Amino acid sequence: MNAHAPLPTSDCNVEIRQERGQRAVFCGLTGIVWLHRKIQDAFFLVVGSRTCAHLIQSAAGVMIFAEPRFATAIIDERDLAGIADANEELDRVVTRLIERRPDIRLLFLVGSCPSEVIKLDLSRAALRLSQRLSPEVRVLNYSGSGIETTFTQGEDACLASLVPGLPSDPTDAPTSLLVVGALSDVVEDQFARLFTAMGIADVRFLPARKAGQMPAVGRGTRYLLAQPFLADTARALEERGARRLPAPFPLGSEGTTGWLQAAADAFGVETERFEAAIAPGRARAATALAPYRERLSGKRVFFFPDSQLEVPLARFLARETGAVLVEVGTPYLHRGHLAEEIELLPRGTLVNEGQDLDAQMDRCRAARPDLTVCGLGLANPLEAEGLTTKWSIELLFTPIQGYDQAGDLAELFARPLLRRRLLEV
Amino acid sequence: MQLTVWTYEGPPHIGAMRVATAMSGLHYVLHSPQGDTYADLLFTMIERRAARPPVTYTTFQAQDLGRDTAAIFKDAVAAAYERFRPQAMIVGASCTAELIQDDPGGLAKALALPIPVIPLELPAYQKKENWGASETLYRLVRALSGPPPTADAPPRGEGRRPLCNILGPTALGFRHRDDLIEIRKILDGLGIDVNVVVPLGATPADLGRLGEADFNVVLYPEIARAAAQYLEKTFRQPFVDTVPIGVNATIRFVEAVAALAGVDPAPTLAGAPSRLPWYSRSVDSTYLTGKRVFIFGDATHALAAARIAATELGFKVVGLGTYTREFAREVRAEAALHGIEGLICDDYLDVEAAIQASQAELVLGTQMERHIAKRLGIPCAVISAPIHVQDFPARHSPQMGFEGANVLFDTFVHPLMMGLEEHLLGMFREDTEFHDGVGPSHLGGLPRAIAEATVQAPMESPPTPAPAPILLDAAVASTAASWAPEAEKELRKIPFFVRGKARSNTEKFARERALPLITVETLYDAKAHFGR
Repeated sequence: MNAHAPLPTSDCNVEIRQERGQRAVFCGLTGIVWLHRKIQDAFFLVVGSRTCAHLIQSAAGVMIFAEPRFATAIIDERDLAGIADANEELDRVVTRLIERRPDIRLLFLVGSCPSEVIKLDLSRAALRLSQRLSPEVRVLNYSGSGIETTFTQGEDACLASLVPGLPSDPTDAPTSLLVVGALSDVVEDQFARLFTAMGIADVRFLPARKAGQMPAVGRGTRYLLAQPFLADTARALEERGARRLPAPFPLGSEGTTGWLQAAADAFGVETERFEAAIAPGRARAATALAPYRERLSGKRVFFFPDSQLEVPLARFLARETGAVLVEVGTPYLHRGHLAEEIELLPRGTLVNEGQDLDAQMDRCRAARPDLTVCGLGLANPLEAEGLTTKWSIELLFTPIQGYDQAGDLAELFARPLLRRRLLEV
Repeated sequence: MQLTVWTYEGPPHIGAMRVATAMSGLHYVLHSPQGDTYADLLFTMIERRAARPPVTYTTFQAQDLGRDTAAIFKDAVAAAYERFRPQAMIVGASCTAELIQDDPGGLAKALALPIPVIPLELPAYQKKENWGASETLYRLVRALSGPPPTADAPPRGEGRRPLCNILGPTALGFRHRDDLIEIRKILDGLGIDVNVVVPLGATPADLGRLGEADFNVVLYPEIARAAAQYLEKTFRQPFVDTVPIGVNATIRFVEAVAALAGVDPAPTLAGAPSRLPWYSRSVDSTYLTGKRVFIFGDATHALAAARIAATELGFKVVGLGTYTREFAREVRAEAALHGIEGLICDDYLDVEAAIQASQAELVLGTQMERHIAKRLGIPCAVISAPIHVQDFPARHSPQMGFEGANVLFDTFVHPLMMGLEEHLLGMFREDTEFHDGVGPSHLGGLPRAIAEATVQAPMESPPTPAPAPILLDAAVASTAASWAPEAEKELRKIPFFVRGKARSNTEKFARERALPLITVETLYDAKAHFGR
């Protein structure tokens, strides 16, 4: 899954290092935390151990007081004794679940480390259950296991599992635009309005908010990745005949413009019309960013690997707020999808792919950055050592894409610095 | 397989982490896949610890499975030893590593490190978090407490104060930090010195001194009883495992400890060491009499809460349960004292069903029962793990000892509507601001819409989560009498917190007499028959 494509250009201006060792990252199951809210009639059933149940509940559950649309089928000893039995057990659990939640239209069986290691065939189970429960419920499967996926790659695996079942556009269908990656509803609506203003009529989003409204794809589909972690989804879309529009990611004003420009170019939008469509948003972004430029300019920032958003975020911080990049860690670097981003990084930026936790923490301590972007397991310990941190998961739970969120995005990084200045105790 | 919406306990390796993180000078190397480091944030975020837990994870990935995961594990152990230089190490596997069977114990032993390396066998598909903590503590104590005393060992120093160990407080324990402060205060008042507290704050070297104490105090039997039994056998140290939560329990604890130490408990018990008894006797508390309370949690806290509720606050315990199977017998016995059946289960959905059936006016439970109580619109207080960040408060908040009883009085009573408001609601039903549709005004008066929906229409599937197995009244309802409109209207005049009970009592009354229609008369006949 994580095979490396060669770099598009050998003379790129950044230094890319790879590192192996202990990794302090989430597994792909964590994607469920936001996906279960995005697709309103989907349910995520993890087939795994008590650890998996405990993970999702710790990452999200204890804060959510409404009944969640996820659960875990916990494998026990009896299931480990024989595979056939495990399949029957799974059918029983799914039946109980569907009886309890008749509103479910799409059920994801989510693979975990234990289910992968014992080679429980969840794709066959999904097929079997789909046949039994159709047409009311469609059952799909993907893996969110830690051995195969890191954090946001869980969303990639989920969306990739949706692609083969998407409706087909007729072969002579006109070109359509597909935006891929779960975005907050407000951002999705903003982008839809922008594309309309540019005159791109047929714009679809993957995932849709309802299981029954997933977009069609075909040879006329041109897709824009809204998120940098969608390698498998992109590959699955290519297999359906869709073509990717190379672009930076819509973070910050510059990224958003580049991203929209890619669509405008592909759909032959005239320059004047494009400029007219984006001008108000771009002007608002400039206004919103101005105060943060003052506060973040010259600040030295260190990224620990987490979501694959690190490279676009670093690009935004460096170019639009004037921050200085010490090290940009990423769990995985898709050279192809991030080519436009890498081009925009300041010359000499160090991008570190993978992780050796203790060594990386040593580098961070030695560099004493002004701001360290890291996961929740590291944030408080680093704060206690006197380093200011920005916990990274928040970047997945907050609307950050597009012009009208550019100021909010900068604010997320400026807030911990402001807080450190404010506190006198 | 078990369908699990919420889980009451984590896997057993989390228990081992709680022991390791509580101690210093001990390192834990955990063979586990990438992603299991989520457990770090339990300690750094929920408990707000300022340092990373002393845990090295191997974080193997799929690509490693084709190679030598055993070598990865050995490298991790060697690197952790080099970097952290601990006094001792524990090594073990998480659930996935258990499947690939790399034998962490044997591999670590082959490295021949110059420190004790203790292998942990924690069956992740059978056992859970508290068992994992208990087993880890037991293994540590067994490995590090040293050989039993020989017959000709010198007797302990004459003239010194009695000496005890405190066993049980861990990292991520519900109020363990403050319980320990209270217990130390009580022991000091009794003239007893504390030798070692294990595991919270202890080093492996400290465990070597466990045998020097005269006896042991077990604060959390789920975690420390096994270790105490080992110490009793090996060092002939008796132990006290009366859990001092509640006024009476604390008095029994003080007496038991004093008896073992041969000191006089009277000075410690003299005066009024807790304010709970007076607060509970003061007339403002009269309205608490007979409030229906449902209790669920780990066995230690559920048992303690049941006794406090019934005998120190005058509540009526209408439900008592635990997810701690190891203590099922104790909980069943306690439940029998209240005339109910103990609920021994770790299935969130079954607990939800039981709470709904109990018509409780107050729920004392875990973080999970807060979810249920919120959905049903029932006041709730947290008495046991699992808990979230708000239950690791900055202020001193013990559950144990006399100060703990003060905290518990406030905690149990706070979510209930205050007396005057309760009376006024019973008298005047049409106030625009203070009415049934809102919660207690001292809590900001949140809407009570959901509760009404569930209580009003038990046969209709509740909003989104349609808990199919919860239709306890299903059989009943099929034969139930229907409500005349004016009776239904009269029912609405009964205060909300007892209305559900009134409804079910009336329906039961009508059913037993085969009445086809419930009238206003039936409602009052039933009221006279059952009392409140």
